[in-house]
Amino acid sequence: MTALQQALSKGEFAVTAEVAPPKGIDVTEMLEHVEHLRGRVHAVNVTDQQSSVMRLGSLATCVLLKQVGIEPVFQLTTRDRNRIALQSDLLSAYALGIENVLCLTGDYITLGDHPQAKPVFDLDSITLLSVARRLQDGYDLAGNKLEGSPRFHLGAVATPGYEPIDLQLLKLKKKVEAGAQFFQTQAVYDPAVFARFIDQVKDFKVPVIAGIILLKSAGMAAFLNKNIAGVNVPDPIITEMKGAKDKVTTSIEIAARIIRAIKDLCQGVHIMSLGWERHVPALLDALRL
Amino acid sequence: MIITKQRLFSEILDSLVGEKTVFLVGCGECATVCQTGGEDEVKALSERLQQAGKIISGSVVLEPACNLLEAKRQFRKYRDLIEQSDSLLAMSCGGGAQIAQEASGKIVHPANESLFLGTVKRFGQFEEYCSMCGDCVLDTTGGICPITRCSKGLLNGPCGGSQAEKCEVDSEKDCGWVMIYKRLKEIGKLASLISTSERLRDHSRTVKPANRQLTRDKGVKK
Ligand code: SF4
Ligand code: SF4
Repeated sequence: MTALQQALSKGEFAVTAEVAPPKGIDVTEMLEHVEHLRGRVHAVNVTDQQSSVMRLGSLATCVLLKQVGIEPVFQLTTRDRNRIALQSDLLSAYALGIENVLCLTGDYITLGDHPQAKPVFDLDSITLLSVARRLQDGYDLAGNKLEGSPRFHLGAVATPGYEPIDLQLLKLKKKVEAGAQFFQTQAVYDPAVFARFIDQVKDFKVPVIAGIILLKSAGMAAFLNKNIAGVNVPDPIITEMKGAKDKVTTSIEIAARIIRAIKDLCQGVHIMSLGWERHVPALLDALRL
Repeated sequence: MIITKQRLFSEILDSLVGEKTVFLVGCGECATVCQTGGEDEVKALSERLQQAGKIISGSVVLEPACNLLEAKRQFRKYRDLIEQSDSLLAMSCGGGAQIAQEASGKIVHPANESLFLGTVKRFGQFEEYCSMCGDCVLDTTGGICPITRCSKGLLNGPCGGSQAEKCEVDSEKDCGWVMIYKRLKEIGKLASLISTSERLRDHSRTVKPANRQLTRDKGVKK
């Protein structure tokens, strides 16, 4: 059982963070970033070529984290690999000691830096989850028996601000049926929207880890509102960032305030600090986490 | 219908380098509707090529260009003109271009890009509704194709990327899954979306190197 799984099953408030592998092979800076998280989080997500930008692999990076004693969450998207490669990567992950897997569909290819590449999407987030579960049961997707089977702690993503929400709920229900054991959400800025969402998913009985993106500036908030689906930073927060004397302090204050407001509604937080990992301990201190 | 667009004139000219005499082959069906291979376009391209120094030995608009029997029959009438040409220029889809080669034995250059299987929304406006997956799911998706009208071709519901009901890939394009959802709601069949078990594409029905052929059966399949 992974530390994250243990925390969730014991009802401890889970804390996860996120790192992005570098474009290239120099992992020095990334490893420096994760050092700030050591001992403060249950696990660190490793993104899988996020925004369809080619980078060092998620699986290799997970292994690097594991080697320095930090528990990874292997993010796996269906954008670049067909069902043969995805099953193989799931087996590889387990063989390398990686058990937390976050199953995603992935952004579309043309949004990234290789727009001419072939978009695969042979599976989607739901079928990826059920494929992982099938491997656990000792069989591959074609029904062939495996020699030894993996054990995963499977996660999926949810977007509390998605409209129409009923459509999203349908999909989340299918994710749960397919094997999702926890949800990590898109960034939350509005506790009321999040509370409504939690009410809608409570029957799933799956722990929800609320996403928080640390705002670095008012401009970044505007960017998120414009470009990231389901993220809506309310105007008062943008104004607060605009007037901030010290952006870091204000950003942490905002994040801490949101987390306090939703803490009793969810089972953990997922902090996306986008290079500001060094400020994560201050946030956790403020929250006594 | 197969939607085509004409290649750039410079690309067409490049493909004809070293060839002097060219015979043009148009198509009376799809390419005529797309205005890439009808009588008018054949005439226009023929004039442009002549201005560029090519000799146009002749032309024919097949009905349609993708039919081998039709191509053979018509080419017989133009045998001498075709024989004296260095190559043929096919103003049709890629299927028509290959049929022209098979029927004539000559070198055939494509004048068009073949784009997709299109529906006609209004005059001159085409849209892809079906990708010919060989395993139709329209019955359970409110008659709207998720493979074609969702950018990722997702079969089990939307990705998290749509904003204001538009697709994450293109803010001008409606999210296919939001369309499906609305339609199912409208016809009171949302429940079918919940009850359908998860779907997996069967790519073996369509992927290469499938030698896709079909000999029409008589009567309705049992
Ligand atoms: S599911 Fe879509 S792509 Fe497949 S046959 Fe039906 S309409 Fe065409
Ligand atoms: S936004 Fe909608 S149409 Fe676009 S890829 Fe996602 S589900 Fe498909």
